[in-house]
Amino acid sequence: MPHSARTSLSHTSWGNVIRAEHQVVSPDQPYAAARVLTEIPAGRPAIAYGCGRSYGDVALNPGGLLIETRRLDCFISFDAEKGLLTCESGVTLAEILRATSVPAKDGSGWLLPVVPGTRFVTVGGAIANDVHGKNAHVFGSFGCHVESLDLARSDGRILTCSAQNNAELFAATVGGLGLTGLILRATLRLRRVEGLALETEEIRFARLADFFALDAESAVGWEYTAAWIDCLARGNQLGRGIYLRARHAPGVSAPPPSLGPRRSVPIAPPLSLVNGLSVRAFNAAYWRKLGTAERVRRVVPYEGAFFPLDALGGWNRLYGPKGFFQFQCVVPPEGAEAATAELLAAIAEAGQGSMLVVLKRFGHVVSPGLLSFPMPGITLALDFPNAGADTVRLMTRLEAIAVAAGGRLYPAKDALMTAESFARGYPRLDRFRGHMDPALSSAFSRRVGLSDASDGSGEGR
Amino acid sequence: MSTQGRRVAIFGATSEIAVAFGRLCAEAHDRLVLVGRDPEALERLAADLKVRGADAVAILPADFNHIDGLSEMAQESWAPFAGLDLALVAYGTLPDQKAATGNPAVAAAALHINFVSPALLCDLLAARFEAAKAGTLAVITSVAGDRGRQSNYVYGAAKGGLQLYLEGLRHRLWAAGVRVVDIRPGFVATRMTAHLPQGGPLWATPERVAADMDKAIRRGSAVLYTPWFWRIILLIVRALPRPLFHRSKL
Ligand SMILES: Cc1cc2nc3c(=O)[nH]c(=O)nc-3n(C[C@H](O)[C@H](O)[C@H](O)COP(=O)(O)OP(=O)(O)OC[C@H]3O[C@@H](n4cnc5c(N)ncnc54)[C@H](O)[C@@H]3O)c2cc1C
Repeated sequence: MPHSARTSLSHTSWGNVIRAEHQVVSPDQPYAAARVLTEIPAGRPAIAYGCGRSYGDVALNPGGLLIETRRLDCFISFDAEKGLLTCESGVTLAEILRATSVPAKDGSGWLLPVVPGTRFVTVGGAIANDVHGKNAHVFGSFGCHVESLDLARSDGRILTCSAQNNAELFAATVGGLGLTGLILRATLRLRRVEGLALETEEIRFARLADFFALDAESAVGWEYTAAWIDCLARGNQLGRGIYLRARHAPGVSAPPPSLGPRRSVPIAPPLSLVNGLSVRAFNAAYWRKLGTAERVRRVVPYEGAFFPLDALGGWNRLYGPKGFFQFQCVVPPEGAEAATAELLAAIAEAGQGSMLVVLKRFGHVVSPGLLSFPMPGITLALDFPNAGADTVRLMTRLEAIAVAAGGRLYPAKDALMTAESFARGYPRLDRFRGHMDPALSSAFSRRVGLSDASDGSGEGR
Repeated sequence: MSTQGRRVAIFGATSEIAVAFGRLCAEAHDRLVLVGRDPEALERLAADLKVRGADAVAILPADFNHIDGLSEMAQESWAPFAGLDLALVAYGTLPDQKAATGNPAVAAAALHINFVSPALLCDLLAARFEAAKAGTLAVITSVAGDRGRQSNYVYGAAKGGLQLYLEGLRHRLWAAGVRVVDIRPGFVATRMTAHLPQGGPLWATPERVAADMDKAIRRGSAVLYTPWFWRIILLIVRALPRPLFHRSKL
């Protein structure tokens, strides 16, 4: 263990299902971070930890070492002509928006081409999970906009990787779940938008087939698309929801969002406030959110549209001490409608319910990572309070449906998938293995058979 | 105030509270002089602050232990932007009381870097602000300076001494319209305190402390406790009758 390691009980994943003791180091300079990597003892592998916004165990290493990256938080340069930004890997997307998305007089500005549903994630985490946003069908994933990155390996080398240089290692590192080395810094290509504000449209739809119709209609002209689904609706109402589409409003500016949440959940309640009752009430209310209108059109800042959950810090605590699971899968376009219907029916039948069910189509923009999650098809994401065996049974069922349909699960959101499902979903796994750094492994990599399960100091301790 | 933002010098610029404060200045498009020991760390921070919006950034590597160099340091901090609107003195170290007890060399080094050096630097900066008849001198002291306690009275005495020194300077500079802001943070989760169990309601982030400082400096407040509840805690700690205080482990 590096001598500065300290013991922590507070490094958990966002779903809070796994609580464990970790040793933690927090290097505050890139060279110090690179050195930590060379000091990892054999058989006691470590893993990088960014903001801990992954729901499952990709950033966890119970009993072992975490390399916290948040203090690698310096910008290096921003070329405001070309939109090229270079920063250290612990810089958050919130910080990038604040520093670079300053509206010009005509409302235009630079913007991160891809953002996930929260801006409180690090650049390193966004690359390692190759995250996607509501515009994935047009702009692909985060990794599509990484010009290059510097990767520290445990043998002491620091390699600059890009689509041209060390291209295979680059492909392994984008979406590489922190297993190929420690990303020290990255250069990102920002995009210029004519207006930072968004023109949004919310449209209520009555059944699953309507989602597909609306989605087809929105393919041209709407850059951001996703739908909220009322997961408790069954029968001929199965898959009803609200379709959200948005595009930049030329000439209308929007200020960068705050660096932290405006309000926070102060303490964890002793039991989950997300339960059958509140889920039912929420879904019923959300379904009626548009009032009598079928369609609501507005011009808004992007903050609320991109990051609705960021308004309330620590909202994951509302799920109580047992935490919650996320599930996200993508199934290929052929048979997507049938598979989605099957998934939604299984959820409605189990009656466990979820507040935040999101359905979205991925397009044909190819993600650069060997293990990147996005692929053409339909992706479904949702969360369930952890009610023990019943929840696990439902998740296992959903996993089986997705994999049988030729789909895959998203490691950033997963805490349960089997090694077999992982291997079936990610056919380029064998090419990936060759690029793994022997000093790195996570609870996830051991669970899905990417790393030796006997590594680490024993999770069963 | 000019629309170009303030001219700000930060002494001890790479300490975490100072970094957080520097980033607030950068967002306000201030012009910054970063003074610190490690030139590479200063370069790294300078690049960061430029991307975050600073109008211009100059760096000044310096050794705060070196008293004879303080005068030149004050002068050089004045040079890049032909004067300063704000100087923040933010350096210091947290000595181990046990190591300092009965060891004059350790204790003297702690008193030197936490009191002698910053007090003398403040005097030099004060003279420049006084001549300019404008500006703000802000200094990070500590709540530890409010009452001597067995667990860290070397640090406490240095910081308490600095507080008195600042009170005197404030008195003197009042007529010239120069503000002196004494910033007293409580527990802040930084490298300096990494050996302590950080966490719990009394611990604040450097960002939180920096945001409070920013407000107090803009207002020109005399003394800031940050976060605010330390004002109440210290009111109580100072008021504790001696017999009771002596039995505590504080
Ligand atoms: C409210 C919410 C909404 C979300 N919405 C989306 C969404 O729309 N789309 C989406 O794709 N995801 C989404 N996510 C998931 C989130 O974007 C990802 O989990 C993201 O990777 C988290 O980044 P992090 O900095 O917290 O990394 P962590 O969760 O701490 O780590 C993630 C992975 O990155 C690795 N890693 C971190 N830093 C480095 C580094 N410097 N070098 C190498 N490896 C590193 C870790 O080892 C780990 O494997 C959402 C999460 C939340 C909480």
